[in-house]
Amino acid sequence: MRKPPLNLKNINKSATLKRLLKYLFRYYKLRIFIVIICLIFSAVGGISASIFIQQIIDNVINPGIINGFESVKETFITLLSVMATIYALALISNTLFNQLMAIITQGFLCQVRKDMFKKMETLPISYFDQNLRGDIMSTYTNDVDALRQVVSQTLPQLLNTLMMVTGIFFLMLSFSIYLTLIVLCSVLFILFATKKIGGNSSKYFIKQQKSIAKEEGFIEEMMHGQKVVKVFCHEEKSIEDFKIINDQLFNDSMKANSYANILGPVIHNIGNILYVVVAIVGTILFVLNVPNISLQGIKKLDIGIVVSFLTMSRQFANSFNQVSQQINSLVMGLAGASRIFNLLDEKSETDDGYVTLVNAEISEDGTITETDHYTSHWAWKHPKKDGQLVYTELKGDIQLFNVDFGYNKDKLVLHDISIYANPGQKIALVGATGAGKTTITNLITRFYDLADGKVRYDGININKIKKADLRRSIAFVLQDTNLFTGTVKDNIRYGKLDASDEEVYEAAKIANAYDFIMRLPQGFDTMLTSDGANLSQGQRQLLSIARAAILNAPVLILDEATSSIDTRTEKLVQDGMDKLMNGRTVFVIAHRLSTIQNSNAIMVMDHGRIIERGNHDSLIKEKGTYYQLYTGAFELE
Amino acid sequence: MIKTILNCVREYKKESWLSVLFVSLEVIMECVLPFMMKLLIDQMNAKEIVINKILIFALILLIMAFASLAFGALAGRFCAIASAGLSRNLREDLYKKICSFSFSNIDSFSSSSLVTRMTTDVTNVQMAYMMIIRTAIRSPFMLIFSIIMSFIVSPNLAWIFVIVVPFLLFVFILIIRFAMPRFKAVFKKYDRLNNSIQENITAIRTVKSYVREDYEIEKFNTAANDVKKDFTTAERIVALNQPAMQLSIYTLNLVIIFLGANIIMKTAKIVDGEIIFESLSIGGLSSLITYGIQSLMSLMMLSMIIVMITMAVESLHRIKEVMETESDIKNCSNPLYDVKNGDVEFKNVSFKYNKNASKMALSNVSFKIKSGQTVGIFGSTGSSKTTLVNLISRLYDVTEGEVLVGDKNVKEYDIKTLRNQVSVVLQKNLLFSGTIKENMRWGNESATDEEIQKACIASCADEFIQGFKDKYDTHIEQGGSNVSGGQKQRLCIARALLKNPKILILDDSTSAVDTKTDALIRKSLKQEHAEITKIIISQRISSLQDSDLILIMDKGNLIAQGTHEELLKSCTVYKEVYASQNSIQGGNQNA
Repeated sequence: MRKPPLNLKNINKSATLKRLLKYLFRYYKLRIFIVIICLIFSAVGGISASIFIQQIIDNVINPGIINGFESVKETFITLLSVMATIYALALISNTLFNQLMAIITQGFLCQVRKDMFKKMETLPISYFDQNLRGDIMSTYTNDVDALRQVVSQTLPQLLNTLMMVTGIFFLMLSFSIYLTLIVLCSVLFILFATKKIGGNSSKYFIKQQKSIAKEEGFIEEMMHGQKVVKVFCHEEKSIEDFKIINDQLFNDSMKANSYANILGPVIHNIGNILYVVVAIVGTILFVLNVPNISLQGIKKLDIGIVVSFLTMSRQFANSFNQVSQQINSLVMGLAGASRIFNLLDEKSETDDGYVTLVNAEISEDGTITETDHYTSHWAWKHPKKDGQLVYTELKGDIQLFNVDFGYNKDKLVLHDISIYANPGQKIALVGATGAGKTTITNLITRFYDLADGKVRYDGININKIKKADLRRSIAFVLQDTNLFTGTVKDNIRYGKLDASDEEVYEAAKIANAYDFIMRLPQGFDTMLTSDGANLSQGQRQLLSIARAAILNAPVLILDEATSSIDTRTEKLVQDGMDKLMNGRTVFVIAHRLSTIQNSNAIMVMDHGRIIERGNHDSLIKEKGTYYQLYTGAFELE
Repeated sequence: MIKTILNCVREYKKESWLSVLFVSLEVIMECVLPFMMKLLIDQMNAKEIVINKILIFALILLIMAFASLAFGALAGRFCAIASAGLSRNLREDLYKKICSFSFSNIDSFSSSSLVTRMTTDVTNVQMAYMMIIRTAIRSPFMLIFSIIMSFIVSPNLAWIFVIVVPFLLFVFILIIRFAMPRFKAVFKKYDRLNNSIQENITAIRTVKSYVREDYEIEKFNTAANDVKKDFTTAERIVALNQPAMQLSIYTLNLVIIFLGANIIMKTAKIVDGEIIFESLSIGGLSSLITYGIQSLMSLMMLSMIIVMITMAVESLHRIKEVMETESDIKNCSNPLYDVKNGDVEFKNVSFKYNKNASKMALSNVSFKIKSGQTVGIFGSTGSSKTTLVNLISRLYDVTEGEVLVGDKNVKEYDIKTLRNQVSVVLQKNLLFSGTIKENMRWGNESATDEEIQKACIASCADEFIQGFKDKYDTHIEQGGSNVSGGQKQRLCIARALLKNPKILILDDSTSAVDTKTDALIRKSLKQEHAEITKIIISQRISSLQDSDLILIMDKGNLIAQGTHEELLKSCTVYKEVYASQNSIQGGNQNA
C-alpha cells in the first residue's frame, strides 16, 4: 500500500521553481515589488562603487597632481557627495530589503505550514495509511527548512546577481567591446566549472541525504530494540553492521562537501586569472594603438579604461561565485518544494452529502420540528428533490447490505457483508488480524468508500449524509488511545468542545476514570504529554472512554485494546465500556471473547467474509470456528 | 568539550592540519594578490609603458592565481575529509557507547533522543568543524593579513581600519547577544509546533471521527502565527548584519578615497613629465579599498560562524552527555566465566530505579529456585514482576541485598557469560528486519539450520513458519510488523532457546498465544529442556498453575509463594483471581 519515495531526479525543476515563485507572489505582491526596487538600488550602489574610483582618478587625482589640489577641489567634493548620496540610498534600500526579507520569509513559511496543515486535515484516511508518519513529518521539518534557505537566501541572491551582472555587462560594453568579449569567455569557463563541480556536488548531496535516511532507519531500529540487543549480547555484531552504513555516509558526505568546497576557489580564481588576462590584453591593445570600440563609439583606448575594466571584471566573476554557492541550496530547496506541492496537490476527502444532523423537538404524536438549541434529541434533515424537507429521528439503526470493498479496484478485501444492527443492539466482530473487522467500521464512518453495496443509517443511504454529521453521530473508542497535549479536561472535552466542567466530570464517572484522575497531581488540570506517557495504558483507555461518553452519540464503535492491562484496571475499563454501551448501537471489534458473550449478534470473519453469525449460544452449538476460538483451539490474533 | 572533539578527530588529524595549512596559504595568496595587482596597475599608469615589466607582473599574478586555486581546492578537500571523518568517528563512538549502556542508562535517555543525538547533533558538529578548520581560520587570518598589507601599502591611511573594524565587531557582538536568546526560545516553540503536527498525524482517526478538523486547524494556526512572530523578531535583528557591514564598507570607501586622494595629490611629484608617488600610489589606493572590503567581509563571516558554532555547542553538549555517561553495570576485576547451574536465589533484595526515588520498586524480596524448576510469577501491573526478573541477568543492579545465580553473586560473573546463560524473552519484544533465520541467529550466531528448526519446534513456531512461502527465509519487516503478535512471541521464545541457556525467563511472552499452544510450549519446554530453570511471568493463572513454585507479587512485595494448591488455600488474592479467570474462561477449562 505504501507509495515509493519521491525520486529527486524526476522533479521538474523549472516548473517547481515557477510554481514556488507564483506561490510566493500570491501572498506578498507589494512587498516583493519593494524588495525588487531595493535590490535595484543596492545593485546600482555596488556598480557605481566600481566606477567611482576611476572617476576620482581620472577627474581629480591626475589633474590634481598636475594642476594642484585647489583646481580640482570643487569636482572632488561634488563627486564625493554624489557618491555619498548613492551610498546612502543603497544603504537605506539594503536595510529595507533585509528587514522585508525577514518578514517575507517567516510569513511565507508560516503560510506554507498553515496551508499544508489545513490540507492535511482534509485528506482521506487512506493518505495516512499509505504514507509513513516520519515521511509526512519530514515535509514539515526538513522540506520547509530547505524552502527557508531558498526564499531567504537563494532567490534574492540570484536576483541580485542577475541585476549586478546585467548592470556591469552594459557598463563594460560602454567601456570596451573587445575586453567585454574576454570577460564573456571567462563566463563560459565559470559556467562549465559550475556545471561539472556543482553538478557532482549536488549528486553527492542527494546521495548523502539517502545515506542519512538509511542510517537513521538503522539507528532507530536498533535504539528501539536496544534492550533486546543487550539481552542477546549482540552489541558487537550490531556495531559491525553499523560501521558499514556509517562508512557509506562518510564517503558520500566527504565527496559532497569536497566538491562544494572546491567550487568556490575555482570560480574565485577564474576571476583572478580573468583579471590578469584583461590587464595584458588591454595593455597590448593600448600599446599597439588599436582603436577601442564601445557603445560610446570608436575612440582611442585609454589606459584608464583598462584599469576600470579590471575592477569590473573582478566584480563580475565574484557575482557568479556567490550564485554558485547557492546551487546546492537551490537543488535541495526545489526538491523540498516539490514534496510540499505534492502534499498540497493530494486529493481532499470529498463530501457530496446533503443530509444534515439537527437538534430536534419531538412532540408526543411523533412529529419532529427543528430547533436551534440542545434538546437531547436529534434528527436527520433530508431535503428531497421536490424541495420538501423530511426529518427522521436519529436512532442509531445501521444496516449494511451486500457490501464489497477493496483498497484498490483489483483486490477486494471485503466480500458481500450484510449486517443489520437495530438501535441499542450490540454487534461483535470476531476474527484474525486482517480478516476485515476494522475495515467494516471504516466504511460505516466513510473513512473509505464502498466498492459495491449499500449502508443505511436510520434508513438513509450514508452517501447522502454529510460526512461531518455522520461522524458526529458515531462515538469511537479506538485501539490506540490518542491523547493530545493539554490537560485531562481538554482531552475529555475533545468529544464535545462546549461541554461544561460538570459534563466532563459526569463523563469521567461513566468511564470509571474519575477516581484515578482525582489522584493525579493536578486532578482534571493535569497536563498530559502527547503520547500520554505519564499515564498507564489502562488509564489512557479510560480517558478515551470518557471522551466517547461526553459525545453521547447513539452509535458506538469499540475497538478493544489488544495489549494486556492488569486485571483490576481491566475490570474498570470493562465496567466503563458496559456503561457506555448501554442504550447504544454498538459495534465491538473483539480481541477477547469473554467480553462479547452478551452481544445480540456475533459475526465471525475470515478473509473478508462473514463465515458464521449468531449469538453466543447458537454459535457454540454450531461447533464451528467460533467454538474452536472459544475453546482456545485457534489463535485470535 | 574541545577534548571530546579532538578525541574523535583521531586518524583525521593529518587532514585537519593540512586543511589549516592550505587555508593559511590560500589566505596569504589572496592577500598578496591585490598587492601584486597594485604593482601591475602602477606599471600601467606609468607614463612609459614597458610591456616586458607588465608581462612579468602578469605572469607572477597568473602563477599566484593558480597557486591560490590549488591551495583553495586542497584546503576544501582536506577539510571535507576531516569533518566527514570526525562525524563518522563521532557516530561510531556514540554507537559503541550506547551499546555499552545498561538498561538504566537507556531509560535515562529516551531512545528517540539518542537517535537525534546521533543524527542531527552530529551533523551540526560536522558542519561547525568544517567551518572552524576552514572559514574560522580563514577569516581571522584574512582580517589580520589584510590589515598588515594595508599598513604596508599606506601606514598613513591604514589607521582607519583600526577604527572601523572594532566598530563593526561591536555591532556584530551586539546583534548576536540580542538574537541568540531569542532564537533559543523560539526553537523550543518550534519543536512544540512540530510535536503537535506529529500528534495530529498519529491521531488523525480520532480527529476525523470527532470531526475536529477545523478545531485542530484553528489551534495550529494560532501556534504557527506565534512561532512566526518570534522568528521574525529574531531574524530581523540578525538582518541588521548586512546593513551594518555595508555602512562600514561605504564609510571606509569614502574616507579612504577622500584622504587617499588628498595624500596622493600632496605627495606626488612630476619629475621629467613622469609622476613619482612618494607615499601612496593610485594602485595603492584601489588595493586599500580591496583590503578594506576583504577584512570587513571576513569579519562578517566570522560573526556568522560564531552563531553557527554556538548552535553546534548545544549539539556537542548533548553528544558529550552520552559520551560521558559511564555504564553503571560493569564487569568486576576478576569475573567468572562459567555458570555452574541454574539455581537462583534472592537474598533480601530491594531495588529502586533512581537513587533519589523515595519508593522502592522491590522491597526485601527473598526466595530460592533450584536448577531445572519451573517458577511462575503472578501479580497485577506495577507489582514489579519484570523488575524482579531483570535483576537476574543483571540488566539492573540491586540497591540492597544479593542476587545469586549458581550460588554466586551475579556481580561476580562476566556480564556476557551471565546474559548468555540467562536468556530473557522481554515483555516488549522485538524482531529485526531480516529473515527469520537471521533473527534466530541472534540467539546463536553459529546455529545450524537444524538447531534453528529444533528451537522453533519447541516454541511451536515451526508450524506456522512452514506455512510461509519462503519458510525460514521469510523476510521479517522492521519491528516484526508482518507477523501476528502470537507468532512474534513464539519466534522470540525460539530465539531465546537457541542461546542454550541455563535459565530461561519468559516475561509475559505468551499473552497473545492461544491457551492450547501456550500449554504445548510449556509442555515441550518441560520435556525437552528439563535442565533449564524456567521462570514464567503471566497474567493467566492457567499458564502458571502447574509450576513447581509460584511467586505472588504485589506493589514490589513478595506477598506469597507456594504451589498452586498451597496458594489456593493460603492466598486470598490468588484464589479470587483464579475463580474469576476460571469463570470467564469457563469454556477453556471444560474443553
